[in-house]
This record gives sequence, structure tokens and C-alpha cells, in this order.
Amino acid sequence: MIWLSWRQFRTQAIVAAAGLAVFAVLLAITGVNLAHLYNTSGLPGCHVHGDCAVQASNFHNQIQSEKIYNLVFFGGIALLFAVPALTGVFWGAPLITREIESGTFRLAWNQSATRTRWLAVKLAVIGLTAMAIAGLLSLMEGWWATPIDRAMALGTDTGEPVANLRIDPVVFGARGIAPIGYAALAFVLGVTAGVLLRRTMPAMATMLASFAFIQFASPTWVRPHLITPARSITALTASNVQGVVTGPNGSMTAFAGINNAGAWWILSNQIIDKAGHVFTGPAPQVCLSQTAPFQACQNALGRLHLRTLTTYQPISRFWTLQWYETGIFLALAAALAGFCFWWINRRRLA
Amino acid sequence: MIEFHLDSRSGVAPYLQIIQQVRQALRLGTLSVGDQLPTVKDVVAMLAINPNTVLKAYRELEYEGLAAARPGIGTFVTATLSDGSLAELGPLRRDLERWLAKARRAGLDDDSIEALYRDTFRAAAKEEAL
Amino acid sequence: MTAVLASRGLGKRYRQRWALTDCTLSIPAGHVVGLVGPNGAGKTTLLNLTTGLLAPTTGTISVLGGMPAASPAQLAKVGFVAQDTPTYAGLSVADHLRLGAHMNPSWDADLARDRIDRLALDPAQRAGKLSGGQRAQLALTLAIAKRPELLILDEPIASLDPLARREFLRGLMEFTAECEVSVIMSSHLIADLERVCDYLIVLIASRVRIAGEVEDLLATHHLLTGPRRDPGAWPSGWQVISASHTDRQTTMLVRTGSPIDDPAWAVEQVGLEDLVLAYMSHATNSAPVLEVQR
Repeated sequence: MIWLSWRQFRTQAIVAAAGLAVFAVLLAITGVNLAHLYNTSGLPGCHVHGDCAVQASNFHNQIQSEKIYNLVFFGGIALLFAVPALTGVFWGAPLITREIESGTFRLAWNQSATRTRWLAVKLAVIGLTAMAIAGLLSLMEGWWATPIDRAMALGTDTGEPVANLRIDPVVFGARGIAPIGYAALAFVLGVTAGVLLRRTMPAMATMLASFAFIQFASPTWVRPHLITPARSITALTASNVQGVVTGPNGSMTAFAGINNAGAWWILSNQIIDKAGHVFTGPAPQVCLSQTAPFQACQNALGRLHLRTLTTYQPISRFWTLQWYETGIFLALAAALAGFCFWWINRRRLA
Repeated sequence: MIEFHLDSRSGVAPYLQIIQQVRQALRLGTLSVGDQLPTVKDVVAMLAINPNTVLKAYRELEYEGLAAARPGIGTFVTATLSDGSLAELGPLRRDLERWLAKARRAGLDDDSIEALYRDTFRAAAKEEAL
Repeated sequence: MTAVLASRGLGKRYRQRWALTDCTLSIPAGHVVGLVGPNGAGKTTLLNLTTGLLAPTTGTISVLGGMPAASPAQLAKVGFVAQDTPTYAGLSVADHLRLGAHMNPSWDADLARDRIDRLALDPAQRAGKLSGGQRAQLALTLAIAKRPELLILDEPIASLDPLARREFLRGLMEFTAECEVSVIMSSHLIADLERVCDYLIVLIASRVRIAGEVEDLLATHHLLTGPRRDPGAWPSGWQVISASHTDRQTTMLVRTGSPIDDPAWAVEQVGLEDLVLAYMSHATNSAPVLEVQR
């Protein structure tokens, strides 16, 4: 059975390996240069000199000037989100639909191996390969991006919020072990769609749609609450108001900088009054005026003795969140796989 | 070795056709005592028929005393049909030629002659069987 | 002796339609069984129930004494060639043999190789490039080389040309001559089955109409021709399969175990094809049977 699984999967595996190899070469070449740039910048010893923020900014500009690094960084992220979806579409959905549409399941399921064994070996061989590829990609991309990650971490000592951090939703799913969980779930989702719908195109489309939904739902509704977010309350003074948005009838929301050390993923940022309720207005008159300088608005807000309430996930929780999320995805994949076993043993296919 | 053929439209059961062809071969001398009949597998390969059909035919021949099976080796002819029949062939053939000439003079064409012959033959066979 | 196929009240329903109804069979081993019937009669359904691709809605079925497809041992005992003889288009002939070898512990590699050689199939040729007859032979080789006790073929020769059909049957019969194997073969072409089958099942409109040894069936069915007689005027032991009347003459197909003594009847043997056709026309002409939902 292992021979058959491999023989039918051979071409796809070779294509995937070739793609992986090409990407690896690209990463190797550019990664070495990137590491060199980092080592020769002022960042490695910047704590001693106390100029980390400046060095980080310089380093950042240096990278931006050569388009290739942006390309590989964001391209890598895109690839790491695409690869699980692709394995679901091209490896998962056709797994059973191809056999059904060509009638070959009547050949495959009448040898001396039960359907359970047939499916188990196929899921294992192809599923584990998909997970391995996703894991390798994540590993390679993670190695490559180490200089950038370090530079960003160093650059946050002053308390400036920085984008593209590992815990940020966009990047989180492309690092660590999360892609392995995604690959597993996408693949099994594809197989399940194929088992239920029995035709390749509808199965592919359904898999893609449901996986896209999951990839949207997870960072939006699930991940923020995997661990109870940390809360931070700071006084809103004239100096840390960063922005103000006024609405009709004098309502307003304001944005403030927070001076917590360490990088974070901001989940919500609200202005609260002394009693602890969300402050929605009325806005000070000077803030509604179009002509008054922003400083006057800041001063006015400062006198209201408001505070900011920030809920966030600190970067120290990166790996914990990774394990939780991967665990959930793997559990879902296992549940779906169990369903597939039950479904094909029901003997309604003929 | 004798080669069998099957006429699927003759209305005669396949196993009977095999028996008939063996008897015919015995009469005409193509098969004689001691010759081996084709194995069941050979006949099946020749005709694409059920092996049980061949087995049945061979069992029938054994029952009639015309052949005997030697386990592991094959089935062999053990007797010919009445020797007198060979001597009769000549006169019978001449009789037949005369009858054919008569039929032609009466105006029968080939198909009518064959039809008349078959019909009479079948009727006579049924009479014999009853 | 265990029956190769034993079913009691077997039925299969798809949504509203019963594809197979009240099928009770007991097929002895060692036969080549022909399963005949018009398209849509339920032949494929019955064969799928036998191989375990389908589960029954009602009734029971046991194959070689066990539940279909219940275990690897059961699967190994039954060889199956599905309709349109599916093969993997991208795999070569040799790959198919490797497939058989890896997936069947009872695989006979010599038998498989020998057959492929005799059929002059190129082992490196992809199955998708083979002709219909060659694909059918490949599928048959895969089913045969696992040395099953029961071989099930679902309309294997329906889409083949006459020469390919003859070759297929030839190969199949050679195998049955060599090994002790029972065969169940479905077809809607009776002429081909006449050569090879010694047991017949007629399936029409989801029901088994008749089942038995061919010899027995041919001996007990008679075509009677005689002067016009009305229903009720003939012996009670007779089962009339079909009857047609002109104002002077009655022609009937009758099933009876006892000899026909009445000299008024001209009695003729009936061929297998005519027998099945008579059952088919009888089934379409008779009133629909009320189905009892259990």
C-alpha cells in the first residue's frame, strides 16, 4: 500500500521538492548577504552604545533600498500561507475524487487491503509530506529573517509600535510550527471535501473557501483569546496622545502611544475615564475646531484625566500561542480524518 | 491431434458436438486406438467454452467405452467404432451419389437438398431417441 | 459445501427506487455463473453487494461463508473486474502488476507474468494507451493473479469487439480449467454467456426470475406448439412462462419437471437466449408486483 501511495504521489512530490529546492537556493543566497549586512551594521553591539533605535532604523532603510529583501520577506510569507492551501487543493481534494471519477476505486478497494488501510496509508504518506514541506519552509524562512526580527526587536526599546513582528497576524502564520498545523488541516479538509462532494472541481472550490474562512477566523476570533490578553493602563497626557478621531455629535475616539517595553500585538486600545467606562465624548471644543493646532487638543484631553486601556499579547507569548494554535489545527485535522474513515466505510459508493 | 470446432447455431449442445466430432474422427480414421484426446485446457483454449462441458463430453465417451482417462496424463482413445462401418463406406457413398443425382433430376437446388436431408435426419434421430 | 453466494431477502434501495428486491440465492461452488438481465435490472447492484462496495438495505448476504469485504482475508478470496475494466491510466502494465503484488499477499507473480507475456502486452506501456480489449485483459490478469476463490466480472466484455470478446473468454476459461475457482459474470449479451456458463441467474426489474444450472433449465423448459387451447386447459404442474395465441394455434414456453405426454403438443427444446427473452417479455407484460415495504 505504501508503494501504491508513493507511486501515485510521485510526480507531485517531485514537483514540490523541486519548488522547495529553488526556494532554498534563493534563501541561501540572499540570506547570507542579509546576515552579513546585519553583522556589519551597528546593531550587534548597540546596547553598549545606546543607539539601538537609530541603528535599527538605518538597517531597515538599508534593506528597503534593495528590493530583493522585501520580495523574499513578503514573498516568503505569501508562500507560507499559499502552500498549505495548495496542498489541500491539489493533494487533498483529488485524493478520492480522482479515484471516484475514473472508477479506479473499484480496482483499489478490491485488492486485499481494506478501505481503512488504504485511506490511512494515503493520508499518512501525503499528509506527513505536506506537513514536512510546510515545516521546512517555515524553518528556512525563519532562519533567513532572523536579522530582520532581531533588528525590529532591538528597535522597539523606545516603545514605538512596529509592524511586521512575528506575533503580528500577518507574520504569525508564516513562522514557527503554525504552518505545519495549517498544512495538516488544509490537506485533510481537501480530502473531506472530496469524500463528501465526490467531484474534483467542487471539492477544490469548497476546500479553498472553507480554508480561507478558517485562516480569517483564526487570527480574528480565536487566537486573541487563546491566552487571556494582558492589559495595560496608562494615563492619557498631552504628550502621549497620538491621534484623535471625531464623529458626529461630538463623539470621539483617541489613540495613544504606550510605553511598555517589549514588542506586542495590540488587540484593542480604548480611552477610559476615571470610572472605567469607555470615553466616547463629548470632545473638547478645541478638538472639533478645524483651525486650532493639534497641540491645543492634546492639552485639552490631558486635562480630562483620561486613561488608555490596552489589551495585547506580548511577544514573549509567541511560542505558547504557536503551540496552542497548531494543537487546535492538528486536532481539527484528526477529527476530520476520523470522519473520512467513517464515511468511506459506510458503503454507499459504487 | 484432433481439433474441435463449435457451431453455436446448430441447436446441438456443445458437449454433444464434441462427442460427435470424436466419433466422426474415429470413423474416418483420423483418431485411432491409443491416440490422446486434447486436454481439457487445450479444448477450452481452442473453443473458449466451459471446462465442465469438455469434462462432460469426455465422461460420456468413457461411459460409451470409447475413451479412458489416465489420471495426471490425459484421456486416450480405447476403441474404434464398429470396424464394419469402414467397409460399408464405399457402397454407402455410391448410394448417396445416386440419390443426389435423383434429387437434381427432380429439380431440387442445393439449399433444398440440404434442407430435405437435415429435416429427415433430425426426424429420424428423434425417432431413434424415443 | 459452502455456497459461493448465499443471500436471503436481499434488497437495496436508492432514495425512492429499489434497485434490487427480495433476492434469495444459493449459488454452489465450482460453476461459471451467468447473471443476465436488461440494462438497469440490478445486475451491477447485486455484484456490488457481493464485493462489499455497497451495503444492503434489507436482507443478508454472505460470500464464501463470510461478510463481503469484511476483512483482508475476505477481500483476498474475491477477485473483481468492474464495469469498463478500470485501470490507472498513468501507470504502466508492469506498475499494475507491482500494485497487485504489493497489495495482495496471495499474489502469484509467475501466473501474472506468464499471462502478460502470452497476451503480448508491453510491460512498459501505460494503461491509458492500451486498447479496450487489452485493458480488459489487464484487469482480468490483476483479478486472476491474486488467486481468488471467487471471480466477479461486471459486464467485462460489453464494450469489446468480437475478437477481443472471444480472447477474453478464452483466457477466462483457461483459468477456470486450471484452478478451482467459481465465476460470476454479468452480461446483457446472452450469446456469449451460452458458451461459458453452466449456471444462470435471470434478473429483471430488480427481481430474480429464475436461477439454476443451465442443463437443468434447458431440460425443464419446453417450447410447445399445438392447436389453440385456452388458459386453464392444461395440467397444473406446468408453469407457463409465455404464451401466444392465434385463432388456431397456441405457442407456449412451459416449465415443468415431468415429461409431456399429450401427443397434441409438438415439443421442442429451447435455446438459452430464447429462454431468457421469454422471461424478459413475460416480466414486462405482467402486472407490476406490489412491493411490501419492511
